[in-house]
Amino acid sequence: MMNDLSAALELAWLPYFPGWDERLVKIATAADSEAWHELVALANARIDYATTLRLDRTLRRRFSSVPGALTTRPLRLAILGSSTVEHLFPGIRTAALRRGLWVEIQTVEYGQYQQALLASSSSLHAFRPDVVLFIFDAPHLLGGGAVNLEAVCGRVRELWQQARAAFGCQVIQQTLLPTALALLGSNEHRLTTSALHLTKRFNEWLRTQSDVDGVDLLALDDRAAVDGLLSWHDPVMWLRAKQEVTPLAAPFYGELLARMLAAQQGRSFKCLVLDLDNTLWGGVIGDDGIEGIKLGQGSAVGEAHLAVQRYAMELSRRGIILAVCSKNDEEIALSAFEHHPEMLLRRSDIACFIANWEDKATNLRRIASSLNLGLDSLVLLDDSPFERSLVRGALPMVAVPELPEDPALYPRRLADAGYFETVSITDDDLLRSRQYQAGVERETMRTSAADLQSYLAGLQMELFWGNFNRIALQRIVQLINKTNQFNLTTRRYTAAEVQALMSDPLVFTLQLRLVDCYGDNGIISVIIGRLVGDVVELDTWLMSCRVLGRDVEKAALNIVVEQARQLGGKFLRGIYRPTEKNEIVRGHYAALGFHPDQTSTTDEYCWTLPLDGCVQHDICIKIQKIE
Amino acid sequence: MNEDQILEQLTEIFHQVFDDDSIELTLGTTAADIPEWDSMNHISLIVLVQSHFKIKFQTSELEDLKNVGDFVTLIVRKLG
Repeated sequence: MMNDLSAALELAWLPYFPGWDERLVKIATAADSEAWHELVALANARIDYATTLRLDRTLRRRFSSVPGALTTRPLRLAILGSSTVEHLFPGIRTAALRRGLWVEIQTVEYGQYQQALLASSSSLHAFRPDVVLFIFDAPHLLGGGAVNLEAVCGRVRELWQQARAAFGCQVIQQTLLPTALALLGSNEHRLTTSALHLTKRFNEWLRTQSDVDGVDLLALDDRAAVDGLLSWHDPVMWLRAKQEVTPLAAPFYGELLARMLAAQQGRSFKCLVLDLDNTLWGGVIGDDGIEGIKLGQGSAVGEAHLAVQRYAMELSRRGIILAVCSKNDEEIALSAFEHHPEMLLRRSDIACFIANWEDKATNLRRIASSLNLGLDSLVLLDDSPFERSLVRGALPMVAVPELPEDPALYPRRLADAGYFETVSITDDDLLRSRQYQAGVERETMRTSAADLQSYLAGLQMELFWGNFNRIALQRIVQLINKTNQFNLTTRRYTAAEVQALMSDPLVFTLQLRLVDCYGDNGIISVIIGRLVGDVVELDTWLMSCRVLGRDVEKAALNIVVEQARQLGGKFLRGIYRPTEKNEIVRGHYAALGFHPDQTSTTDEYCWTLPLDGCVQHDICIKIQKIE
Repeated sequence: MNEDQILEQLTEIFHQVFDDDSIELTLGTTAADIPEWDSMNHISLIVLVQSHFKIKFQTSELEDLKNVGDFVTLIVRKLG
């Protein structure tokens, strides 16, 4: 039965083409230019190892030299390795073909790279490569461990310099696959002679030294961490044929390399075009309304779509341009960007926003021309198989990844497709958007602030408050049912019960949203008060622990006091019901100036605060009502 | 699956690897009969036979795979 160790790596973002076989056969008799374009098209279908071999064979039979129709610079790639690499060539050539690149590959007998580099009479020198790729396996460089790593690094660096000196070429270094076996386990690093540990150290060294020397890395170790080492490395094939990368992984290997070869020529995608319904949020906003779409905290599906937005946002921060292309009424589509509290992407993050009822191919043309980009710079992320195939048919140069059914997997799929591969980051890239990386900055500031008050003032906090509303309902219900620590009474309510509270005239409901200089923390607190006689009982008071220690409770109390007065109450009663998890708020009401109440029991501690003459807490949080 | 069925599917795989639909296999076909059957294509055959039949050859079994008959015999045994 199938080996349970490895799973084949698939080019899952590429679509299957019906009639792929027939089209391949026709290439033999097609005219040169047509044959070349058809080969490029077929390379953009989902191909596996077998079809990669066939496509490569057809390519080589049809074009023994540079095709006349080639619009890019032909590339000569030399692969210098310590193990068998020939089985990777078809994957490399077809992945280059996918990008309209022509690559001629030469290698030397494995292990002969040093001689080939040095001997000016070698066929390598006659070949004059534009790019040299070094592929080493860990056993070759590190043996069984216990080597002088510095010396190893020095030798590798020398090879880079020799290649540069001989050919003036670009150098690519593949990182080591961590194939060595653990001798200690999780704390492998404590055995300094361990080959596995040395592999990691070598790979770390590569990350700093390659920058200094202008070498680009092919990070196979990162890929192995995502896909599992054994998807890349089959010990049987290693022993049988000295193939460190298993042949089944060759199409993916070629893809990783070709991305980089394209990126080195500045040929990568620059703009991510986003569909809206069921892509940026769950549901159809035209049907479901702004309150009905699934987005953000409160449902797993909503969080999945939020994660899509987050990845898009992160890409935009590093220089990828965002656009929207959606079949929608523009006004309705925009309303989500302007009014939905969980939207991460804002209208201002979108360089070109098109929502109408025309076909997407026409709209993508508009986007490209308004942004002054080629159509071949666009990637369209769209959940609809219908739209995807329509766009592919009309505009084959636009990248349109196949998406899995589950939106939770969209960001991973987009990342795997590697459309935005980039080898260097310029200031311009980063300047395109100047947002802070929230958490890190906040923490840095905390440690550097002279005292707590100036730290809090520096956060420029604004607390937005409002009564419960339907848009926030999901999130409110989620907080009520999930918050365990900062939760005074731990009373759980269903959505229906919460809705009943919203229309109860004896009850006030509060949702609090905290914004600071680093961004929006979302809804962080929920409070419910009920008038009983002349006492407003605080039925529920909960808060997200993320915003502890920032005086948010004091600001909240100021709002609570106002709400309780409006209900006609004379006293506030705070209740603390201890659970295993909410010890953190035992002193909550005491800290806010409440007095212990006579009615307390061990199950329920009560505190009272007279509303008459109750003074506002002095805090550095600006309070605003949500409109 | 009997030997004939396996041979038929194996032929398909040979057509893919050598991109030659005219190849006709018998149990007696050897590398000498197919000019392009070199060590690299041999590995491709092994890899594709494994994924097609959803089997995995052991290191020791790989050493005995020399001709089409060996493939068929081994596939029959692994599927059995």
